[in-house]
Amino acid sequence: MTGFLMLVTVFLIAGVIAVPLAARLGLGSVLGYLIAGIAISPILQWLNVDIIQIQHFAEFGVVMMLFLVGLELDPKMLWAMRQRLLGLGGMQVSVTTILIAAIAMAFGLQWSVSLAIGMVFALSSTAIVLQTLNEKGLMQSQGGQGSFQVLLFQDIAVIPMLALLPLLALPEVAEHATQVSDSHGAHGGNAHGEDGHDDHGSMSLVEGRPGWQVGLITLAAVGSIGFIGSVLTRPLFRFVTMANLREVFVATALALVVGIALLMSLVGLSPALGTFLAGVVLANSEYRHELESDIDPFRGLLLGLFFMTVGAAINFGLLADNFVLVVGITLGVMLLKAGVLYVLARVFKLAGADRWLFTLGLAQAGEFGFVLLSFTVANNVIPQDIAQIALLVVAMSMLLTPALFIAYERLILPRLIDAQEQAADEIDHRSKIIVVGYGRFGGIVARMLRQIGEQPVLVDYSAKQLEALRKFDVKVFFGDGTRADLLHAAGIEDAKMLIIAIDGKEQVTHLTEHVARHHSHVHIVARAYDRPHVYDLYQAGAHDIIRETFDSAVRAGRSAYEALGIHPFQAERLAQKFKKTDRQLLVATASVHKPGVPVSENEDFIALAKELNAQMEEELQGAKAGFGIEGADGWTPPPAKIAVDTPEEKD
Amino acid sequence: MKVLVYQAHPGAPHSEANKAMDVATDAVEGIEFVDLYATYPRFDIDVEVEQARLLRSDAILFQYPLFWYSTPSIIKEWQDLVLEHGFAYGSGGDKLTGKIWSMGITCGAPEEAYGAEGYNGFALRTLLTPMEQTARLCHMTFLPPYVLYGALAKREAHGLSPHAEGWRRWLIALRDDQVDLTKAGACDVIQAEDLNEVIR
Ligand SMILES: Cc1cc2nc3c(=O)[nH]c(=O)nc-3n(C[C@H](O)[C@H](O)[C@H](O)COP(=O)(O)O)c2cc1C
Repeated sequence: MTGFLMLVTVFLIAGVIAVPLAARLGLGSVLGYLIAGIAISPILQWLNVDIIQIQHFAEFGVVMMLFLVGLELDPKMLWAMRQRLLGLGGMQVSVTTILIAAIAMAFGLQWSVSLAIGMVFALSSTAIVLQTLNEKGLMQSQGGQGSFQVLLFQDIAVIPMLALLPLLALPEVAEHATQVSDSHGAHGGNAHGEDGHDDHGSMSLVEGRPGWQVGLITLAAVGSIGFIGSVLTRPLFRFVTMANLREVFVATALALVVGIALLMSLVGLSPALGTFLAGVVLANSEYRHELESDIDPFRGLLLGLFFMTVGAAINFGLLADNFVLVVGITLGVMLLKAGVLYVLARVFKLAGADRWLFTLGLAQAGEFGFVLLSFTVANNVIPQDIAQIALLVVAMSMLLTPALFIAYERLILPRLIDAQEQAADEIDHRSKIIVVGYGRFGGIVARMLRQIGEQPVLVDYSAKQLEALRKFDVKVFFGDGTRADLLHAAGIEDAKMLIIAIDGKEQVTHLTEHVARHHSHVHIVARAYDRPHVYDLYQAGAHDIIRETFDSAVRAGRSAYEALGIHPFQAERLAQKFKKTDRQLLVATASVHKPGVPVSENEDFIALAKELNAQMEEELQGAKAGFGIEGADGWTPPPAKIAVDTPEEKD
Repeated sequence: MKVLVYQAHPGAPHSEANKAMDVATDAVEGIEFVDLYATYPRFDIDVEVEQARLLRSDAILFQYPLFWYSTPSIIKEWQDLVLEHGFAYGSGGDKLTGKIWSMGITCGAPEEAYGAEGYNGFALRTLLTPMEQTARLCHMTFLPPYVLYGALAKREAHGLSPHAEGWRRWLIALRDDQVDLTKAGACDVIQAEDLNEVIR
């Protein structure tokens, strides 16, 4: 137990120190984690920790990340980019694999070993690249999209690769390899499961079955993801939300992701791909933002851990002995990958900054390389010593990636300002509005926004309400809009306006405070419960404060006027006058408002209110004497005499 | 003729002259009577409804107190919205062709105030040229307004009833086609005492 706690403490502290430092220096979190990993590797060695095992566990972060990526992509978008996915991704993987294999053969390696190494190096690091693109806000750029398409294809390509690799087995390394697979196998927490074949303890639904059965089972598994995502989740989430406990929802979300990963492993498919598909299926779900904000912290922690293990796993002894070789191969591989990417970018019409982002961003080898390497060793495809060097190359190239992103930002971008500006035009200009609380109040606001063609993001915490709204084809996201992470998932960072239409007085105030402080660019329209709440919201930084019952009550008063026989236009004027007076009273009494003290217990407030009321009454009566009716000042003709004699009167 | 009267007075509670006119015409049958400020207290004029009213009427009258040599603002709003291109004027805008367009106006100032020598500087008809030209552009026949001068003095002197009674006569005559349009059209303005000459 202490050992475990010790381990967790070491990792956490390392991350907590290194990442902010790296961010401070503009290096990005990934490099921070990698450096942290290197820094703690002696401690880990001293603690006798199996870093590779932790790494396999941490790879689950990649699975979660793909789930989140899927959530952002609905099936329509995926279909729309199929050509680029296959073209860009397919070309990148095949051309890079063949070139690297050819070069390896030229250096005298066997063709089968060369081909395996080609595959290992052809894959890039989904974890690093997506994390960095997101962090730098480059995901939506053309270059970011292209990178994403290639990464997605690679993640899919891992599956046939894993199927092909065993066919390349070398008899002469087989004997040597049995020992390796013994020491390397049996780590149950392996998230990727691809190398589950050599895991003694792992289960499989497909092993030893005839091909047609395997096909059927695989189809059924993929189909069940679609079923779970589109049919099962809704009633499940509704059931869970009845408990109204956040952690239960988090647990459900985790169970969903882990469960799908397990299912995929059981049928020998990539868990990353499986959860990605589940994400895509759920992209249109009203629970999307809630899922996103629940899974995201786990993804972040696991990926951080993963990057640290990459840093920690670098075998410095081996590196020192083969330093020139490793650095040489690393640079060679990256150069070659970049070359292929650059040409592809040209062919697929990525220009300017986007082309460079694409070229530099994907030039490394990635975490799937680790997976393939351990798998190839286990299947006697690559001899152990070559695999060790290759492992160092992969790690080294990942270590260099953040440097390439920095080079992109510092060296390339400044020269391409023009191209960049052009690209910026393509960004969606639609203003983004978030409505929190889609009930009787927020619903009306949202409908009014739709009337002018806005598509506000709607968030509500009542599953019952959601169910009812579905019938009207209104898309509302499930979630507690007062939570910072949910606001983040709903896109508060680039939102223009937030409309707070929830019930709870305190919650409205807190949300207003939070958003005013952390997202000062957002215009806040807040629903106030009563007059004191208006003051609270004003202090909290709301821009527009709307008393929830005030306007409708004024209208009721106006109807009463009309029913009393007052001319409708006069009734309107009187209502306006009432509003104005009330507003004056609101402003005048603001100075004596004490937060948290009810008005009925606030002596100063009572005294001032009384005084102001008396004053106003006096004024109104004055008005009556002068103009004939209260509130109807205006359109009053002068006394007859003056009207007749106007010019003379002046002299 | 089908007569449509638009009444507009934002200060209904302190109206005397126009109120007297309303009371006098209250019992007149077969006339469509619209209180613009009561119908649209928030100025949200319904163009379709208003155009339908115009289509079913032959004489369109505006009854209002003269405010700043012009109409109370809602009549302007009404004009701006209802007299659409393609409806009232312009290509295809012939829906009002041949209808009569006129006013019943109360003025605070006495008759002498209107004209080059008076303190209001211009003849009332000169000040009303926007209304007259509006009728012309919309292919309508402009009929001189039925006017009360010195409304403020007369209301102090309780002298409003001849005018109000005259307004009733005028509307009934229009409804029953009793107005000699040629004679009436030749007048500058029509006051209560002129009615005998223009009504057959
Ligand atoms: C805002 C305003 C503007 C006025 N402008 C004029 C004017 O330009 N010429 C005029 O003769 N009387 C003017 N008057 C006087 C009104 O025409 C007069 O009060 C009205 O015709 C009386 O009718 P009532 O008793 O129905 O209100 C004006 C009155 C008001 C309130």
